[in-house]
Amino acid sequence: MNEHHHDHDHDHSELSETELRVRALETILTEKGYVEPAALDAIIQAYETKIGPHNGARVVAKAWTDPAFKKALLEDGSRAIGTLGHVSRVGDHLVVVENTPERHNMVVCTLCSCYPWEMLGLPPVWYKASPYRSRAVKDPRGVLADFGVSVPKDTEIRVWDSTAETRFLVLPMRPAGTEGWSEEQLAALVTRDSMIGTGFPRTPGAAS
Amino acid sequence: MNGVHDMGGMDGFGKVEPEPNEPVFHEAWESRVLAMVRAMGAAGAFNIDTSRFYREMIPPHVYLSSSYYKKWFLGLEEMLIAKGYLTREEVTAGHAMKPGKALMHGKFDLANVERIMVRGQFARPAPAPAKFNIGDRVRAKNIHPTTHTRLPRYVRGHVGVVELNHGCHVFPDSAAMELGENPQWLYTVVFEGRDLWGADGDPTLKVSIDAFEPYLDPA
Repeated sequence: MNEHHHDHDHDHSELSETELRVRALETILTEKGYVEPAALDAIIQAYETKIGPHNGARVVAKAWTDPAFKKALLEDGSRAIGTLGHVSRVGDHLVVVENTPERHNMVVCTLCSCYPWEMLGLPPVWYKASPYRSRAVKDPRGVLADFGVSVPKDTEIRVWDSTAETRFLVLPMRPAGTEGWSEEQLAALVTRDSMIGTGFPRTPGAAS
Repeated sequence: MNGVHDMGGMDGFGKVEPEPNEPVFHEAWESRVLAMVRAMGAAGAFNIDTSRFYREMIPPHVYLSSSYYKKWFLGLEEMLIAKGYLTREEVTAGHAMKPGKALMHGKFDLANVERIMVRGQFARPAPAPAKFNIGDRVRAKNIHPTTHTRLPRYVRGHVGVVELNHGCHVFPDSAAMELGENPQWLYTVVFEGRDLWGADGDPTLKVSIDAFEPYLDPA
């Protein structure tokens, strides 16, 4: 067993039953020589520390300040992001879709949980859960209301169902009142949800 | 397969509940499951489409009542048993009872971690010219395979417009069943919300899927 990464004080709830089964499977995989537990630790550490919405936020902020980059990003997301060595390695098949006053984009995966991990990190629970997966393609305005946001009634809502290995990142509209802001300042306004299409960037007064 | 995983358009699941300041993992075991799936996939025990199919085969009542990583765990365990990487007896015993089966890419050790942090590549050379052009009207086929497919039920039989051509990609319907990559052209096809959901649907809604060429007929 791999005592180094588990505390095991709690009761035998349904959860600890799962925990025991997961531990047993890892023990078997380790004993059979398929995986090295330290390599699993390294995977987890990478997902906990290296990837996250900060990667996507930097891309969005650059697109807001650099028209040539924005154009390239909308033409070929993977290629454009690949030119930014300091941002995460996005891999292939990233499509960036732009919000405008006429069109609001939202991303879902109705069949499972496809999500641009390299840009946004691992998806939140709600993105992978039945309410969002079932309703986003039929009642996106109702879903937005669950997030406490709305878009004008005449704005087109475009929902991208991620049914293949293409991945979608929403380029939200730049908030008003940010003229002259640096990329770094702007990146702090870009929320995860604004890049999924279930929210908007923070406004300057509310920046944290 | 027409499983409960194919949720687009279903009613009754309630409100979306965002969690403020959500942690990356809620329990340590979730992170171990994620890491085992990534590691065993990278070692060559299965491809991503097969792993999705095994999650889809979880019985509906279990699927709907299990957390996300619980589904990953259940799918992983069944798949590894089915592919001969471990036995049900070993799972019951909680330890290995015989030597492991050879993995296509060998043991997953620390040296392999870096390579899985970049997404896999799914584009392949085209075996034939594309049948459809951007702007073409296409009808999603009314098909109901009992095996893995990425054509959601809610678009089947409906007409949409080809908006993007992503080139040729590994065909999940074949890859999931371990019948080879069978590359196919992949298109973004956009549907009017009212065509999918009827006259009462949101008139401002458009929904797109990414559809492989075998899913589509000219319309």
